[in-house]
Amino acid sequence: MRAGESVALGLCLEASIPFALGHELIRQGTDRLTLVGPISDMLFDQLIGAGCVDEVVAAWVGNVSAGLGHNYRRACEHGEPRPLRVRDHSNYSLALALLAGAHGLPYVPTRTLVGSDLVESGGFEAAEFEGEPVVRVRPLRPDVAVLHVQRASADGLCHVWGNLGVAQEAALAARAVVIVAEEIVPREELVADPNRVLVPPHKVVAVAHEPRGAHPSPVLGCYDRDHAHFAEYHRRSRERADFEHWLDEWVLSVPDRGAYLRKLEP
Amino acid sequence: MSYSEADLMACAAARQIRDGELVFVGMRLPLLAFAIAKRVHAPSAFGVFEAGIVRDEVPRAALHTMGDGANVAGAAWCTSLTNVMSLLGRGEVALGMIGGAEIDRRGNVNTSYIGRWEHPTVKLPGSGGGADIACLAQRTVVILAQERHRFVERVSYVTSPGRNLAQVVTTAGLLGMRDGELVLESVHPGRTVDEVRELCGWDLRVADDVGETPPPTAEELAALRASDVQTAEP
Repeated sequence: MRAGESVALGLCLEASIPFALGHELIRQGTDRLTLVGPISDMLFDQLIGAGCVDEVVAAWVGNVSAGLGHNYRRACEHGEPRPLRVRDHSNYSLALALLAGAHGLPYVPTRTLVGSDLVESGGFEAAEFEGEPVVRVRPLRPDVAVLHVQRASADGLCHVWGNLGVAQEAALAARAVVIVAEEIVPREELVADPNRVLVPPHKVVAVAHEPRGAHPSPVLGCYDRDHAHFAEYHRRSRERADFEHWLDEWVLSVPDRGAYLRKLEP
Repeated sequence: MSYSEADLMACAAARQIRDGELVFVGMRLPLLAFAIAKRVHAPSAFGVFEAGIVRDEVPRAALHTMGDGANVAGAAWCTSLTNVMSLLGRGEVALGMIGGAEIDRRGNVNTSYIGRWEHPTVKLPGSGGGADIACLAQRTVVILAQERHRFVERVSYVTSPGRNLAQVVTTAGLLGMRDGELVLESVHPGRTVDEVRELCGWDLRVADDVGETPPPTAEELAALRASDVQTAEP
């Protein structure tokens, strides 16, 4: 992944958010990113606070159990640490934009957002079809979609279970897919249930094995959400200076996920 | 049995759910309302969660988010956001419950920006699925605190249009839509009409038949108190 690219992540909503990958983007200083995702429970806020993001295309940015995203607010209200462009979506419109991208369509018409100011701030087009008002949703084609999955094979097949959010639409809309897996298993285990393979393997450019790589978000069947970690982040991101300490403690001074997990449970 | 303001709000929201309906459920009070309705008067209602979950039974453990494993366990359908949104798009969802930072006379809700969106004084988290629910559910219930700065003549940004609004459940009363305008229909026990009007930023109309919100019944409170339906707080 490179500076300036558009990256879709956090695609299953509150579950399976690729925090390990996000933290590595911060450590590598990958900046000028466009982030695409429906609600982003905290990871977008961290990437924004770390100065990695130029633009957000999302329906909601914050901390689901605590509320507002303090870094998101600072960036939108004061341009701190850098100005942020926001392209507003609703969850449904974001899903349709990815669907349009996946199918190569110029737009998808919908009845959602009719009469909402999202039409203006999100850059949608109000239109009419057979006398009925509709909204035209433009396609999204991210450079990369990141999927955190329960299991994958080294050659790019993956199985995901639990609520899927917009993971499949985003993966099909993206130019390339990066998989982060809790477990690497032999290919035979995946082809035994091809209905559960979320994306065709030709889209997959990398598979990373990173157990607990979604902490503090939950991964169904692997671990639960670490609510206290979300609450602590909310407290410690309220002021910019405190956030910088948090970022140093949990991201910048932690060389990799292994060290992060040892820090979490010494 | 004693009850809190939040208990009364959850019960009032629950009474909007009819048996057999598909209900778009959020966290906290809407989830409690769903749990109460399922146990008291709407045993066949379905809960629809935008992350991609449909439930015909109440989650058996406290939820912090709709993506918690406890919300998947026992789900009737676990799928994509796009698929559950199709239920909204096709008009099958009877009722949706949303929150908001601001609401105006015409029932428009703002969860996006305070001030002009190009240069906001406050950036709120955004629509999530709120705008979709407001546009596409047959009826919408809005739940928010009755505070003067939240009840404004005109919201600075319409995230969720008020055209399908059925009821606003507040900390002080219940408001309904009449002729395209919010009207005070009942006040909670211990509150007065004047008090609610004072907590509203425009000259709030009062229904001729304004009454007192019926307090929670013993059955509703028992459903609410059942440990497995509590919504976890952070």
